[in-house]
Amino acid sequence: MEFERRDAPFLTPKVDVASIMRQVLYAMIPALAAHVWFFGPGIVFNLIIASVFCLGSEAAMLKARGRPVRPALGDYSAMVTAAIIAFALPSLTPWWVTATASIFGIVVAKHLYGGLGFNIFNPAMAGYVVVLVAFPMHLNLWTAPRMGDIDYQYPTIIETIRYTLTAALPADLGFDAVSRATPLDQMKTGLSNMQTFDEIHNNPMMGSFGGRGWEWVSNFVALGGIWLMLKKIIRWQIPLGVLAGLMIPSGIMYWADPGVHASPGFYLFSGATMLCAFFVATDPISAATSPRGRLLYGAGIGFLIYAVRRWGSYADGVAFSVLIMNMAVPAIDYLTIPRIVGHDKFEKWHHKSRT
Amino acid sequence: MTAPTFDLGTLHGGLRLPILKDESTAQVIQHVPVPAQLVLPLAQHAGEPAHPVVSIGERVLKGQLIADADGIISAPVHASSSGKVVAIEQWPVSRRLGENAPCIIIECDGLDRAVHLSEPIVPFEKQSPNILFQKILHGGIVGLGGAVFPTAHKLMEATTESLEHLILNGVECESYISCDDMLMREHATAVVVGAQILLHALRLDHCFIAVESDKPQAIRALADALSEVQDDRIAVKQIPTIYPSGAEDQVVQLVTRKEVPTGGLPTDVGCLVQNVGTAAAVYDWVCKGEPLISRVTTVTGDGVASPMNVKSRIGTTVADVVNFIGGYTDRANQLIIGGPMTGRSVTTDRVPLVKATNCILVLSASPQIGAEKPCIRCGDCAQVCPVLLLPQQLYWYACADNEPKLRSYGLTDCIECGCCDLVCPSHIPLTADFRSAKLRMRELADEKARAERAKQRFETRTVRLEREQLQRAHELLKQKEQVKKAGPKAIEDILERSMQPSEPDKDE
Repeated sequence: MEFERRDAPFLTPKVDVASIMRQVLYAMIPALAAHVWFFGPGIVFNLIIASVFCLGSEAAMLKARGRPVRPALGDYSAMVTAAIIAFALPSLTPWWVTATASIFGIVVAKHLYGGLGFNIFNPAMAGYVVVLVAFPMHLNLWTAPRMGDIDYQYPTIIETIRYTLTAALPADLGFDAVSRATPLDQMKTGLSNMQTFDEIHNNPMMGSFGGRGWEWVSNFVALGGIWLMLKKIIRWQIPLGVLAGLMIPSGIMYWADPGVHASPGFYLFSGATMLCAFFVATDPISAATSPRGRLLYGAGIGFLIYAVRRWGSYADGVAFSVLIMNMAVPAIDYLTIPRIVGHDKFEKWHHKSRT
Repeated sequence: MTAPTFDLGTLHGGLRLPILKDESTAQVIQHVPVPAQLVLPLAQHAGEPAHPVVSIGERVLKGQLIADADGIISAPVHASSSGKVVAIEQWPVSRRLGENAPCIIIECDGLDRAVHLSEPIVPFEKQSPNILFQKILHGGIVGLGGAVFPTAHKLMEATTESLEHLILNGVECESYISCDDMLMREHATAVVVGAQILLHALRLDHCFIAVESDKPQAIRALADALSEVQDDRIAVKQIPTIYPSGAEDQVVQLVTRKEVPTGGLPTDVGCLVQNVGTAAAVYDWVCKGEPLISRVTTVTGDGVASPMNVKSRIGTTVADVVNFIGGYTDRANQLIIGGPMTGRSVTTDRVPLVKATNCILVLSASPQIGAEKPCIRCGDCAQVCPVLLLPQQLYWYACADNEPKLRSYGLTDCIECGCCDLVCPSHIPLTADFRSAKLRMRELADEKARAERAKQRFETRTVRLEREQLQRAHELLKQKEQVKKAGPKAIEDILERSMQPSEPDKDE
């Protein structure tokens, strides 16, 4: 009898890239729901726009590079980029801002570097930084979170759609009426105006750690992240690195002088800390690769986030920190090669042939 | 005595594979009858192939030497039943990929008559180690764990090192395979006495029998056999059931907490590892006079009708073995010699069962997995690598053919266990890639050596030519000077002499 020939191993792997990416998307669903609850339906429109442009640029680039389009679109990696961009942008964002971030992320940061697996920079963060620099005004328009006791006029769904399409607010609503400084912004301006941390934190917009509403979105992001860790889609090193890298310096500063420094808890549950720790920094392609390297990589990001928030001119520093550490990855990888079993234990090697 | 499991080293990574052994362990070892034809490859061991000592048409008996060891490392081959040598020819085998190898073909007479032993059986305690080594060499015994290194050579080489432990490897970490398990269950005494023989030959007084924790029956059988022989030099050690804990270096690491140095052997950390099957084969030969002419093999997978363990004569074709157990199922699509992680697939069941064949695995067509995708550097491969390599980086350098990087990232330390393949979400055939990268590296080294030799030859030649030229110039100069010293008269003499017809000199 004749048989087919194959290479060992003959057991088949149970995982694949598409299922990993799909689970990353599932893990964002609770945070998406929280985001809609606190900041309105804007993120949904952003997500749709980002998905259209991410998938569109992905398909166009694959075609231009002469690669098969269908299997690559089916790996959901462009969808993950779209989702992260949607989470990074304010809920009220004109479509061209979202589109620019998506196109730059996929075309330049991903495909010009060789496509999936070869990109040095996190595509979503590269795209986000471009619009942060190019459209600073639009990136500052964060609405206030939905809190029963705050007197604030929330844009309706129709108004949100109109703003997304045209960047035009209703005639009776000025820019200032809609936008609210984010908790990180308030902290930054407050501290630079010589207010103490407690003073700023007593503002009704502040919650138990970060801003009210904001911290709840963070909680749900972290929940999704922990689920991914339990599913072993992401490992603990990078999230722990980011959180510790942020907590340790902020903790030391806060402990040294609690008046002029924000508490580590505030930093952990504000801005995009959790999104970064569980969904952005954990992008394996642009991260360091050995377990120790990942801890170091995460810690670097965490520390840089703190540095930007405390001393930089931007309120949040996630995107910059991630991109800077992306650049450090080759060096980290080189410095953290694990000791191979059987090496560096014996000075004298016995050069014998193995059988 | 069963040693507790906590006194163990640890293994990095590894996989919990599906066990899939229950089907083949449901019944006792069955004996495959004498087949019509035996196919005995001359190379069933590592090292030089044996050379035939029988001729075509010759009648042979069971246990008779038909091919003798040849070269420094080699092992003899014995007829596994009686019959007539009908051919010595190329035949498909499983050890070399897609190739044939010289085999001795015996047409069996079905009588299974055994050869008379040339020497009487002497209790092993009364034999000196050197005699035992020679005896083991003549028994054609090789490592039955898969590497088939001639046992006698391994033992003799080990005696030059300072040894502490003999480790009998009863760890079958691959899915499906259960031949060592069944051997230990049914022939624990053979294993234990085999261990005693090896201890005696090595002048050692300590032996661990390493068995996985999921083989309670084997452990009990060994414990019973040990209490029978009352030998406290031998202890059973339970190993966690994790793949690849049964690989030689990994067993050493688990049992002794010592890492085998890179490029080294277990003897470098004072251990000698032998498969439990090898120990039983040593017992069969030394105590019962039966050379290595049969072995226990697991025949399993969803491609065979009734999976089981069989004891069959070496040289029985896979087709005959499968026929004996009830044939293939309709789903049979792949034939694998060895386990599902490190075995080799063959295209025909005409291949013979050889000394190395621990498993015949017949599987249905494997489910279609998606095409290979780019590496996303998830690092799961590094998490499972038992030798702490970074397969994702190795893959990168293998694609780029970057030999120095491949070396520094430890490609040569890869044990080709296949763990990384199984967890790769991009379905990259990492192990196959590493295997071919190793091959390229070896070829490159050979080429370098060749180029180096050619260069040396060229340089020596250039030096020689220069020296000769110099010598010639020097001699010419000397002659000129002599001539000059002698003056014009001498020149005329020389010229005159050269004009005259030459005649033999009469005197000086």
